[in-house]
Amino acid sequence: MALANLLTFEEISTDPIKITKKDSKLYLSFIYVAIISLFLGGLMGLLQVLVRTGEFTLPFGIGYYQILTFHGVVLALVLTTFFIIGFQFALMGKTVGISEKQRKSAWLAFWVMTIGTSLTAVTILIGKANVLYTFYAPLKAHPLFYIGLALVVVGTWIAAIVNWRQLFVWKKQNSNQNSPLLAFMVTINMIMWVIASLGVAVAVLVQFIPWSLGYAETINVLLSRTLFWYFGHPLVYFWLLPAYMAWYAIIPKIIGGKLFSDSLARLSFILFLFFSIPVGFHHQLTEPGIDPTWKFIQVVLTFMVIIPSLMTAFSMFATFEITGRKKGYLGLFSWFKNLPWHDVRFFAPFVGMLAFIPGGIGGIINASHQMNTLVHNTIWVTGHFHLTVATTVLLTFFGIAYWLIPHLTGRKLTRKIHRLGIYQTVVWAIGMTIMSGAMHIQGLLGGPRRSSYSEYGGSEQAVEWGAYQMAQAVGGTILFIGILLMVYIFIHLAFIAPEGKEEFPIAEIEDYAPITPKWMENWKLWIGITIALILFAYTIPVIDIIQNSPPGSPPFDAIIGN
Amino acid sequence: MRLHKLEKWWLILGVSALIMFLVVLGFGAFYMGTHPQSHGLTIDPNNIEANEAFQKENLGLTKVDTDHYIVNVVASAFNYDLGVDEDGNSVNHIKIPKGASVLFQVVTTDVIHGFNIAGTNVNMMVEPGYVSSMEVQMNKVGEFTLLCNEYCGVGHHMMFTTVEVYE
Repeated sequence: MALANLLTFEEISTDPIKITKKDSKLYLSFIYVAIISLFLGGLMGLLQVLVRTGEFTLPFGIGYYQILTFHGVVLALVLTTFFIIGFQFALMGKTVGISEKQRKSAWLAFWVMTIGTSLTAVTILIGKANVLYTFYAPLKAHPLFYIGLALVVVGTWIAAIVNWRQLFVWKKQNSNQNSPLLAFMVTINMIMWVIASLGVAVAVLVQFIPWSLGYAETINVLLSRTLFWYFGHPLVYFWLLPAYMAWYAIIPKIIGGKLFSDSLARLSFILFLFFSIPVGFHHQLTEPGIDPTWKFIQVVLTFMVIIPSLMTAFSMFATFEITGRKKGYLGLFSWFKNLPWHDVRFFAPFVGMLAFIPGGIGGIINASHQMNTLVHNTIWVTGHFHLTVATTVLLTFFGIAYWLIPHLTGRKLTRKIHRLGIYQTVVWAIGMTIMSGAMHIQGLLGGPRRSSYSEYGGSEQAVEWGAYQMAQAVGGTILFIGILLMVYIFIHLAFIAPEGKEEFPIAEIEDYAPITPKWMENWKLWIGITIALILFAYTIPVIDIIQNSPPGSPPFDAIIGN
Repeated sequence: MRLHKLEKWWLILGVSALIMFLVVLGFGAFYMGTHPQSHGLTIDPNNIEANEAFQKENLGLTKVDTDHYIVNVVASAFNYDLGVDEDGNSVNHIKIPKGASVLFQVVTTDVIHGFNIAGTNVNMMVEPGYVSSMEVQMNKVGEFTLLCNEYCGVGHHMMFTTVEVYE
């Protein structure tokens, strides 16, 4: 039985499904939107760091908070979501296949998301939605801002249903086998995403849209924030898990090794599903209206989510070492020295992994019950998520792009572009070290996040912060050069590179890895436990918030320049 | 499911470190009582004067006892109202002796604001409908910037005042 299982997997992985031209077009469309977002959002980021030096003013009456909103929405919500959905469709297509009907539904998802994005982006660009990407009530944006965001979320739900359907159809034809690892991972990520986005969907549909249109006079501010952060933390795992997919199941193949343990990879994803949602209060630790005991309970649950990351770290380095030793590098660290550093498909994600060490530690600090008070809403937090999402996740996505785009366009990753990719990664690492490092230090000194340039009445503290803001401008400028390089590489890989073949690298399982037990695909059980944990963490505090709610807030739009 | 021996050790070590850290946090929270601010005290944002602390004459710094002070503040876009001085001018600088224990009580009349005395542990969200409060001992001498660290509109970065702790 066990042996048969192993053989069937070998069969699958050596005979993967071919991606047709029609499929490529679908997957690439999502990635094109992501690239355009990278360029536009990055440009806004550059303008921000320049404004914050105090030496530069925005032309044409453009507001700082307008570009800040654009930067946040377009990079944090649009770039990530589009790249992830495109990448996940490619993974599903490669491992379980996509039918004609599923492809049509996937296009529907693409257009709903794209129309939603355009509505939101235009609303921000004409200055009607300077509410930042968290759109905290009672700041009121133009209703189209919220409607656009709702469409993006609905689009991702369509994509999720297509993904689930893909796995379901495959399972019906291969009922005695475990689902392919990558398909399993995509399914988990989309279950987590849909359960989490229900929170923000309820807030937007039930609270924000009627209120911004004038059908409801007031809004319950604390409830809207709680619903937002119920979604807002799993959102960061929705970004991270696709990077983990590449680390677990793709990187080993690139370095010439095998997957350390299939069941371990699955277990870590199941743990992410359990513990990424019932933790939102750690973003609300300094709020007046939530009971501290419930805050502490969610802090404890937040710490649980560190465990699957520890597992991932072990698994990655185990793969690196085993692979190196198999190749004959037997010294204590020679396996490490002999990793394929010249291969950008490995190098870019590896630098991302390194950034996750300080990034993760920063996250533990942010989520700590009282310690959070010191850093809450300081620019330390901005430094933290520029390490995690803008380095760990993004460099992994870049690493994926180096083989995924040429594979889909039928082109070759040339040596020249390869070398440029290595430079790009180095530029990114340097720029981010300077910018994020300066943000972390300025945050510890009390410098606020989300604030335009200010001398705060010429205070000594503001003068001290000014030096770090200069450093951020230097780092941010280097990062923008990194973005220009990446955009050039993207365009080259998509349209210019010579025709050829690039592999879609999917790792096989290590021969002596433990057999994956069947119970790992007990979806009802996993979803059941997830819901139970959410109910445990949220039921009583939410009842409390609603029962003891103060009078609601009317909309405020004049103070954001509307 | 089987775990690699070294992996077991790695996880045991990691998880024990996490548990230890949580025990320290929990000890601080439940034994020493150092929770982040969360009193759940509600107020009508359109009628803050129903609460005595936020009536015009009670705003700003008040000495209640030796080394005990209360600071009542009304935040609104883009200003912290700390009351008026003897000449009727608005206060934008408060002085507190070193080592004094100070209770900060803050409300907002409009949107969400931040209340952070940069470089100290005073850091609160101020939300419509709630009284934010926190008691601290000011042990560090110097001039600190009290600023809004949650985006509240186009003048957000102009919203500040100063707190001086003197010897």
